[in-house]
Amino acid sequence: MNLIEIKNVYKQYKNGTTALCDINVSIPKGDFIFVIGATASGKSTLIKLLYRQEKPSRGDVFVGGINVAKLKNRKVYKLRRKLGIVFQDYKLLPSLTVYENVAFALEIYGLPEREVRKKVMNAIEKVGLKEKFRSYPDQLSGGEQQRVSIARAIVNSPKILICDEPTGNLDPDTSMGIMEIINKINEEGTTIIMATHDKDIVNKYQKRVLTLEKGILISDKEKGGYLK
Amino acid sequence: MKAIRILFNNIGDAFKSVFRNFSLSLSSISCITITLILVAVSIILSENVNKFTDDIEKDVTIVVYIEKGTSENDIEAMQAEIEKLSNIDSITFMSKEEIRKDMANDSEGIGNILGEYDEETNPLLDEYLVKVIDTEKIGTTASEIKEMENVNTIKYGEGMVEELVKIFDVVKKITVIIVIGLIVVTAFLISNTIKITINNRKRQIEIMRLVGASNSYIKLPFFFEGVILGFLGSIIPIFLACYGYIFLYQKLNGILFTEVITLVNPDNILYHLSVILILIGVIVGAFGSYLSVRRHLKI
Repeated sequence: MNLIEIKNVYKQYKNGTTALCDINVSIPKGDFIFVIGATASGKSTLIKLLYRQEKPSRGDVFVGGINVAKLKNRKVYKLRRKLGIVFQDYKLLPSLTVYENVAFALEIYGLPEREVRKKVMNAIEKVGLKEKFRSYPDQLSGGEQQRVSIARAIVNSPKILICDEPTGNLDPDTSMGIMEIINKINEEGTTIIMATHDKDIVNKYQKRVLTLEKGILISDKEKGGYLK
Repeated sequence: MKAIRILFNNIGDAFKSVFRNFSLSLSSISCITITLILVAVSIILSENVNKFTDDIEKDVTIVVYIEKGTSENDIEAMQAEIEKLSNIDSITFMSKEEIRKDMANDSEGIGNILGEYDEETNPLLDEYLVKVIDTEKIGTTASEIKEMENVNTIKYGEGMVEELVKIFDVVKKITVIIVIGLIVVTAFLISNTIKITINNRKRQIEIMRLVGASNSYIKLPFFFEGVILGFLGSIIPIFLACYGYIFLYQKLNGILFTEVITLVNPDNILYHLSVILILIGVIVGAFGSYLSVRRHLKI
């Protein structure tokens, strides 16, 4: 069974803009998928549907067996606990240290402190920030902050990692560093869905690529590259 | 076990966040402090006004002058008849001899004049001093007594008492309205300040939602934080009210201007007042923040 199933999905915003039009995608477990397209192509909307930041106007979105389209607002946390999400703007809390930012995602489970420490340090080590776990976000570079946000996303070992333009604010070298980490997470079995603008990354990694244009899925290629 | 751990995490988080967002916490606390001081002052004022009006009302007496030559039996029968009326609190008999002695003690001049009379020739009248339960109905009670046999005249400060009672009633109502109004204003101010605090932490709430925190999990620390802020905000008003009022009470020897106006003993008011202030602070703080955070949970 596919981990993510998007069936006949339409999304129309209240102002009348059609962001997505009849999208059908199946994503099996362990896949690595790039979602590409120009600004306003609908890729952000598609990503947002997966973690129920947006609801489809029509159609169904199944993520790990949950129908996101029918998920009530107060039940959203059940979906998000299955996911790790990485954003372009990192979304870190400036008043918390690296360690605390990562541990933040585990607090909700009420785990014993020892277990929390083990998992958090493990995640921080995976993204190569072991030396800086006591630093605050504003003492870190952009790339380092994004690594903290990845550590937070994977600390609970999610089945799916959703990345919304994770390298959008970073220079090419740093972006490649981030991609290596994400790729490694995928190799360990986590399904990755990543929206991006970065041609170099898409062309280098040769993964499955979904290309959107004006809300329509114009191409879905295994080992594809950036069109045009 | 897990639930307890989550609860303790929540309380811990609330404490941490009070100190981490110290400047915002301080503004919430000072807002609570200032409004609670006003509440404390108005409660103390209202208690004193109440005591004063109660004291005055308790002092209001109907003096029933008994017709000269009424037999002892008839006098006793009159007492029984008065006691039968519904609005009677107490009734005391004063013989004309007692009254003569009292008056003579009060003033030497009158003593001299009254000294010329003996028990037989005493020109004064025997009287009943009647206290009523409800001062507002004193007029009706007085006229009922006036209708009875062997009653010469009655006096109760007609007109003035009714006026006074009406005024006191209005004053009491006004003080209650002021206190309630202040409590409402406090609630509004506190929840507004906390709303600002929470607006500043939209990001934190957003991230909590994104990492899979349930709504109740997000709301709880804010609830506890409100409790802590409310509690901290009520400390200074309590100290000010208690020490301030005790100081004032001692300085004035328990009376205001004249001995007619006695102040409420601090022992009778300050414990309740402290509990009320803490409760207002804590409840308003907790619900203020609980309700404000709800608006941000629709992300």
